[in-house]
Amino acid sequence: MTALQKKSDNPVAHLSAADVEEIGRRLDAIRQEVVDSRGADDAAYIRKVIDVQRKLELASRAVLLLSKFPPAWIIGTAGLSVAKILENMEIGHNILHGQWDWMRDPKIHSTTWEWDMASPAEQWKHSHNELHHTYTNVIGKDNDLGYGIMRVDEDQKWIPLYLAQPLWNFVNACFFEYGIAAYDLELGKNLATEERRNDPKFKAAAKQVLKKIRKQATKDYLVHPALSGPSFVPTLAANFVANLVRNLWSHSVIMCGHFPEGVETYEKTSIDGETRGEWYLRQMLGSANISGSKAMHVMTGNLSHQVEHHLFPDLPSNRYAEIAPKVKAIFDEYGLRYHTASLPKQVASAWHKVFRLSLPNGWMAATTPANAPKQVAQLYKLTTGGPKVRRAYDRAQRAQAEQALAA
Amino acid sequence: MTSTGLGLRDRVTRLVEAATTPLLPRDYLDLFAPLRSGADLRGKVVAKRHETADAVTVVIRPGRGWREHVPGQYIRIGVDVDGVRQWRAYSVTSDRAATDGTISICVKAIPDGKVSNHVVRELRPGTVIQLDQATGEFTLPAQRPAKALFVTAGSGITPVMGMLRNHLDELPDAVLVHSAPTAQDVVFGDELRALAASGRLRLVERHTERDGFLKPAELAELVPDLHERTTWACGPAGLLESLEEHWAAEGIADQLLIEQFRPRVLVTGEGGAVTYNKTGTTVESDGATPILDAAEEAGLIMPSGCRMGICYGCVLPLREGAVRDIRNGELTVAAPGDGVLVQTCISAAAGACDIDH
Ligand SMILES: Cc1cc2nc3c(=O)[nH]c(=O)nc-3n(C[C@H](O)[C@H](O)[C@H](O)COP(=O)(O)OP(=O)(O)OC[C@H]3O[C@@H](n4cnc5c(N)ncnc54)[C@H](O)[C@@H]3O)c2cc1C
Ligand code: FES
Repeated sequence: MTALQKKSDNPVAHLSAADVEEIGRRLDAIRQEVVDSRGADDAAYIRKVIDVQRKLELASRAVLLLSKFPPAWIIGTAGLSVAKILENMEIGHNILHGQWDWMRDPKIHSTTWEWDMASPAEQWKHSHNELHHTYTNVIGKDNDLGYGIMRVDEDQKWIPLYLAQPLWNFVNACFFEYGIAAYDLELGKNLATEERRNDPKFKAAAKQVLKKIRKQATKDYLVHPALSGPSFVPTLAANFVANLVRNLWSHSVIMCGHFPEGVETYEKTSIDGETRGEWYLRQMLGSANISGSKAMHVMTGNLSHQVEHHLFPDLPSNRYAEIAPKVKAIFDEYGLRYHTASLPKQVASAWHKVFRLSLPNGWMAATTPANAPKQVAQLYKLTTGGPKVRRAYDRAQRAQAEQALAA
Repeated sequence: MTSTGLGLRDRVTRLVEAATTPLLPRDYLDLFAPLRSGADLRGKVVAKRHETADAVTVVIRPGRGWREHVPGQYIRIGVDVDGVRQWRAYSVTSDRAATDGTISICVKAIPDGKVSNHVVRELRPGTVIQLDQATGEFTLPAQRPAKALFVTAGSGITPVMGMLRNHLDELPDAVLVHSAPTAQDVVFGDELRALAASGRLRLVERHTERDGFLKPAELAELVPDLHERTTWACGPAGLLESLEEHWAAEGIADQLLIEQFRPRVLVTGEGGAVTYNKTGTTVESDGATPILDAAEEAGLIMPSGCRMGICYGCVLPLREGAVRDIRNGELTVAAPGDGVLVQTCISAAAGACDIDH
């Protein structure tokens, strides 16, 4: 995907400034309707989810005390995986967004919540709520675009290192919680120079993360295994697997939110002086939904309603489903693409993009079984050759694109 | 012995905490035993009883951490109204001797009142509510007065009822002058009349629909020896104000104790944007709304207590800006670095403010 502003078929070209502001007003009205009707049922919902999650976790951990018996291991691990997913997605992520602050319950509040994650809530809130949600899909500003380690857009220059990005992405998926912690710390940037490494602010934040990781690891890999006595090793394995499952799942869901093919990205300068309507528009086109059952929505923390979530990050997650048709009606009326597909489709699409962009622009599209040997040879040249070779390739690609456009 | 005992207990606590991190053991225990000792103080509503058409007695079984109250004191309850936690103060009315570990309060529904209407009409027995320990100075002295006078109106009878139920026998000479619109509106009417009939209390009922509002001069007629009495008064602001004036004029101001249910709002002023530095929230607040209410309305968790300027449970540092005390119009101004402590429940913004919270 090329940044929207550079596209020849700009999907918002048909909208006037007045249209954009009208879209903003309508979305504001939808938001207000939900705010005005938040009430006891919503409060009961989140309390119920928390109640179920905690009991499921307790029960699963109790079963795991006998984890050397295979059925107990399987049931306990499955239960713990689900509990950890619920805790991170429908509960933690959404509470930390302030979706439930209106209840004024200090026990279910964004300022007091801590979650079962390597990244401390406070740091995550900053990088996620303040940066990602503000700069959604702005290249160079939104680190969520590839978590700073991947090429997720044609506009990012291709270098041979990106050939390995499918592998990075998979490793990141397996250890996602640590990836997020590293990303919240801006580890890459902060480790780069001596000065940054020694910045007391960075050091304090790093210390906070290490402390959190230590506590988390002690719980999952020492205390609970030890409590299981003779089942020490199976319980340790169960915790590891549950964390892995949770990581893979949340990584997949989050990839589906912004990575599928067709989701728009933006140039850095494009958001200067952005109006509320324009901000809404960016969120509308920069997010993708997952369709599916009610259970699936709950397990994704309702991030399956990523479009609605990005428009209204602080509305209670249980209400996204109800406003989705109204939001979609606005997309339809203004001729915008409401991006939604099933989970397997979105995951496949996101991975397709990861693979495609791990290769030089246009390479994947141009490759057919017949010309494969020639293409591979060219890729080899691009990989082993210097920047000059790659620039020449880029120029040729652009010329081709312009020709196609002219025709 | 004790030190190793403690050490062991500490170690066990730490182990359990290590097993539940990032939550605390109590987050799990609360699922099963919200009233256990060591938990945040909560109470379970066990019964509700109508006293009048719009007033109910709510019987509450407090959690194990409950400490006894002194009759006349109030508690704060936190109830979820339309999903939103609201805290209000209510006087404890129960008889300590007669009850089985429960306490009671009596709530009168106020037109448009959020919490009082919820408690009177919606709150169901079985509900667990949040509680705070009893507090307040509106109590009888250890040395019981030889002659006591109680002047109450409307729901203002509640703290006095708490005193009468527990201590009437220790008061050799007690008079109660109570105002309510009609005889049916008298909260605890039957019980009070029975006490009067038994000769333990002199009861003067005023029905304002017929008799009009009570004036201090009439009170002096009804209770000619009020100079000799210690007086407890609780009711609407107008009544309390006129009593205070009268007692001061008579030079017996030190013989009058009053309990107010809400602040007397005198001034409303400018308003402004209030910023909470720690949460990074800014709330537009008008000059009539206490900062506390405006912040809660915006979803912030604020410390609070009586919500009417007496307990200082709501105090926060004002880092910069100006606030006005809505009871008397007094302006408090803070320059950067001052961190002046202000009571948020009776302070409204008087221009842009920056609060340390
Ligand atoms: C120390 C103390 C003890 C109290 N004890 C009792 C008690 O035993 N029984 C009892 O019923 N109440 C008692 N109150 C009052 C109680 O705390 C609430 O203020 C009252 O129930 C109204 O709350 P609400 O949420 O229904 O009204 P809100 O929604 O807060 O207010 C609605 C409207 O009513 C007005 N209002 C608020 N309070 C009053 C009032 N007391 N009288 C008239 N108008 C009011 C407000 O200005 C507002 O316009 C006590 C208050 C204090 C400070
Ligand atoms: S809440 Fe009691 S003084 Fe403000």
